[in-house]
Amino acid sequence: MRKPRVLVFGWGNPSRGDDALGPAFVGEAARRDDVELLVDYQLQPEHALDLVGRVEVLFVDAAVDAAEPFEVRAVAPDAAASLTTHHLSPGALLHVFEQLTGEKAPPAKVLAIRGWQFGLGEALSERARKNLEAALSWWAHVPRGA
Amino acid sequence: MTDLRRIAIEPLSRVEGHGKVTLLLDEAGAVHEARLHIVEFRGFEAFIVGRPFWEVPVVVQRLCGICPVSHNLCAAKALDRVVGGVPPPSAVKLRRLMHSGQMLQSHALHFFHLASPDLLFGFDSDVSRRNLIGLVEQHPDIAKMGVHLRKFGQQVLEAVYGKRIHGTGAVPGGVNKHLALDARDGFLARVPQVKTWALEAVALARRLTEVNQARHQDFGAVPSNLLGLVAADGALDLYDGGLRGLDAEGRLLFDGLEAVDYRSLIREEVRPWSYMKFPYLERLGPEAGWYKVGPLARVQLCDRMPTPLAEAARREFRAAYPGVTHAPLAFHWARMIELLHAAEDLERLLQDDGLLHGDLVSTGARRREGIGVIEAPRGTLIHHYEVGDDDLVTRCNLIVSTTNNNQAMNEAIRSVARRYLDGHEVTEGLLNHVEVAVRAFDPCLSCATHAMGRMPLQVTLVDARGAVVSVGTRGSA
Repeated sequence: MRKPRVLVFGWGNPSRGDDALGPAFVGEAARRDDVELLVDYQLQPEHALDLVGRVEVLFVDAAVDAAEPFEVRAVAPDAAASLTTHHLSPGALLHVFEQLTGEKAPPAKVLAIRGWQFGLGEALSERARKNLEAALSWWAHVPRGA
Repeated sequence: MTDLRRIAIEPLSRVEGHGKVTLLLDEAGAVHEARLHIVEFRGFEAFIVGRPFWEVPVVVQRLCGICPVSHNLCAAKALDRVVGGVPPPSAVKLRRLMHSGQMLQSHALHFFHLASPDLLFGFDSDVSRRNLIGLVEQHPDIAKMGVHLRKFGQQVLEAVYGKRIHGTGAVPGGVNKHLALDARDGFLARVPQVKTWALEAVALARRLTEVNQARHQDFGAVPSNLLGLVAADGALDLYDGGLRGLDAEGRLLFDGLEAVDYRSLIREEVRPWSYMKFPYLERLGPEAGWYKVGPLARVQLCDRMPTPLAEAARREFRAAYPGVTHAPLAFHWARMIELLHAAEDLERLLQDDGLLHGDLVSTGARRREGIGVIEAPRGTLIHHYEVGDDDLVTRCNLIVSTTNNNQAMNEAIRSVARRYLDGHEVTEGLLNHVEVAVRAFDPCLSCATHAMGRMPLQVTLVDARGAVVSVGTRGSA
């Protein structure tokens, strides 16, 4: 089976309130041909291998610095991206991809959905839920291959 | 004790989560005490209480984004007792397969992506390049090896769990599914290469250790007891076995203690400045009873490794460190020996058709209490649950690996800070060395909220009278 050309990759901890926005988006996003939906707790170096063969990547994460309900940001390989914990930033992941494969990273965007509360055991907040729905509506209307 | 000044250091980059270190100085300006503040563990146990017990092995995976499998397996082991089951042989093999996959991926992450930049570039090199990005640019082959080792471990887990995260691999009394034949065959074809990489990883860790042996030997080294699981025959066993303890010189303190005995063995001291408890061996008391867990303890606790290449590597390690070493930087070499063992163990298990068929779950008479112990990548992990007749968890006690190493980390930081604190200023050099010491233990400081822009950090300076002099926060990573 041919590998889907578009990757939608959401991450976050479903048990930490609005940190669940990334996984929730992936869980509820409308299925499309030629799109792989992927979810994980956080971005890791080996996720660079998930980018191989893609023509486009959409990263999805909760954000506390985004406008409501969400922002779509272009992201480029970033050698100076901070690496402060066990997880990577999307820009750093793209840079790792280029270094590991010797290929140019696929065009990528970050869907940053505004979140508000992140406590352990908290559910998705009502406000974040509305932001998620707006993001899902946006995704449903994004032209295929855009 | 009345005139202690405090210097707070943060952040600790490339340690999971958020970290803050407070150094208490005495009147002479020497470091009297080091305090590594870890705030994220509060609430974990309350998070579990009130949930149906059968949900717990899945839910606890969300405590940590790096080692969810360890929590899954330890919870399942504890709850095996609650459902009165003894997991069937196939279930045990599948659990061990998960555990070795987990050990491989977690150890690869730590050594290649977090620690090796310190060792390859030097502690005092530019911190903005002393990281994975610098590694892939200057040592791409090493970075690739780490990525592929970690990927293999992750793919084994995905095959057993059915998906990358939120899977139901281990359940009370057994496991949820077999390994598919095509997945098994695919892994078997690739595992020889994984073993080759693992051997190279051991050689690299050894070389980097020996090149800097004079510096590494004393760096943050503080003698302590050692604690970990070993099999009945004394071999390393990361999944099961009895608890063994050695004193700082390697003399046997106890051996073969069952998981349920942890309550008579370990006490947990509460200190007002930390949310994390300080476990100690009760018979020795809090002053002398603290201990180390994790790769450095395990490789020195066991009589042998149960796989041949790892055993040869262990012998070389022991020959390099006659007696017992307490050097935190020796963790890295020991960690790679365990990674090699995990690769060998994966190969052994993948050749066993018990992964493909056989009973998966066993249950018996219900019990109200269950205790499980496992060796997680960072050390001994204990889960303890009490369950009511309504199936809801009424009590939960978790002693995670980082908690078991709590005092050891503080002592290592104190040792390093005493040596590298020059005057009354937090210099780059001091920051670098404290960071390297903490990272050797690979503490899981947080179980990870990773929303963009949300990486709150706080610096607090408090004077000798307890007054806050300054508070600084950092809003994003």
